[in-house]
Amino acid sequence: MENRTHISVQDLNVHFRSEHVLKDINLSIPDRKITAIIGPSGCGKTTLLRSFNRLIDSTEGVRVSGRVLVDDENILDPKAEVTHIRKKMGLLLQKPYPLPMSIYDNVAYGPRIHGIRERRRLDEIVERFLKKASLWDEVRERLSQPASALSLGQQQRLCLARGLAVEPAIILGDEPTSALDPQSSQRIEATFTELKRDYTIVIVTHILRQARRLADHVIFLYLGELVEQGPAWDFFNNPKQPMTREYIKGLIS
Amino acid sequence: MRFLRVTLVPRRVKDLLAGKVMLLLTVLAALLVLVMIIGLYLKSKPVLDSHSLSELLFSTKWRPFRGQFGFLPFIMGTLWVTGVAIVIAVPLCLLTAIYLSEYAHSRVREWVKPLIDILAGIPSVVFGVWGMLVVVPFIKDVVAPSFKVFSTGYSVLAGGIVLAIMIFPVIIHVSLEVLRAVPGEVREASLALGATRWQTVKRVVLRKALPGVAAAIVLGISRAFGETMAVLMVVGNVPKVPRSVLDPAYPLPALIANNYGEMLSVPLFDSALMLAALILLLVILLFNIVSRSILLRVERSIR
Repeated sequence: MENRTHISVQDLNVHFRSEHVLKDINLSIPDRKITAIIGPSGCGKTTLLRSFNRLIDSTEGVRVSGRVLVDDENILDPKAEVTHIRKKMGLLLQKPYPLPMSIYDNVAYGPRIHGIRERRRLDEIVERFLKKASLWDEVRERLSQPASALSLGQQQRLCLARGLAVEPAIILGDEPTSALDPQSSQRIEATFTELKRDYTIVIVTHILRQARRLADHVIFLYLGELVEQGPAWDFFNNPKQPMTREYIKGLIS
Repeated sequence: MRFLRVTLVPRRVKDLLAGKVMLLLTVLAALLVLVMIIGLYLKSKPVLDSHSLSELLFSTKWRPFRGQFGFLPFIMGTLWVTGVAIVIAVPLCLLTAIYLSEYAHSRVREWVKPLIDILAGIPSVVFGVWGMLVVVPFIKDVVAPSFKVFSTGYSVLAGGIVLAIMIFPVIIHVSLEVLRAVPGEVREASLALGATRWQTVKRVVLRKALPGVAAAIVLGISRAFGETMAVLMVVGNVPKVPRSVLDPAYPLPALIANNYGEMLSVPLFDSALMLAALILLLVILLFNIVSRSILLRVERSIR
């Protein structure tokens, strides 16, 4: 199977105030694969993820330089339209943050923002993406209830459905299972494996075993620098860098 | 064992004592409202006994020398002035709070916040003087002529404007805190879907902050009801039900402040003034109860 590149990062540098958070990052993320960004906490994983959809803009005191190409468009270009870039990517955060509205309205939020008004189409979208996030059967009877009434695991799947409903090509996950119980984590992971047929998935995780289970491609960051990247099998079985070897063995964390 | 007992006992006594004293103080504070209501009721009993309640509340005839005490002009005066203040203050305060919370750089926010809080510390008489020197002439010379009506400038509008500015700091401060308390991730969730900042504010942040923002407004309005000095200086104090915002008015607090201690030789007058105070207190109480129950319902429906 060919490896088309979906996101490509060139000479990315991120400064936060006087801190150099990401240093000369160059990497590429393959299309329709699960890419895991791993590394100890504070190494810049989340910052890297947030620069993909420019959510990093909203942090005060941040300077970003370099290029991030998504579908050959440089999204860091000041002229690039942010809402258009973000529409291409669904985001899952560490904890689910349902919007303060009903289950239905949560999923319909994105499509409504982008101008879809007809009830029939919205109904259809809500059903389709709740099914995709494997939540439909649990909530079909109570779509008008507040989203906060769902369990944490269900909320995270709702957030997934909400992100998918704007029909992105990429799903970004920032430790999307870290707040969930093992069973809910497993369901999310299973959904990811299902979804990679249609989407490029990038997840940040500090759980090495999760990366092993899920990832097709691995990116290893350490203190703001890219140490190693490559196909998951090579990365775990035949690491090139001594640092990677130590990290995999659990010697550094 | 003995050592333990020696160190523990005084600490425990203090703890017990502190708890009891604080409970007592809390109960006293809560009882104060009740005591006030009862006191005012007893004081206003003479006028309540000699006049029917509907006459007192709904008659517009205020002729204390003939024993006629119709409070409608004053009640309406209070409602008009407060209403105008709310109409002016709420949108302005909300937009300011939204700007400071969602758009402004943190440095701007840190500068502007104390400035707004200083407004709250200015004595109300200063607002009154400013109202007489600036707002009243402005209404007389600019606003009223442009509507082709005559006004001395001492009017509901003048009172409303001064009052609005006086309740700015409370509403802005509290709504700002409430907006800042909305977790950043909720905003991010909306932004990540491609929503603009304004869409995010309108559909998500405000919705999440609604109960708190409503509480901020209620707080501001409660203050507006009772504000006396500044309003009294600019509303004209004419005991007639106002027909437009350019008419003068005579709110309840102004009635009490202007007359108490001076006209007490008139029979039943002091009792009538106590009734005015009681009405004011009950209006504020009722307003608080109603808005609180609405708030609870809203809170339950959005979560």
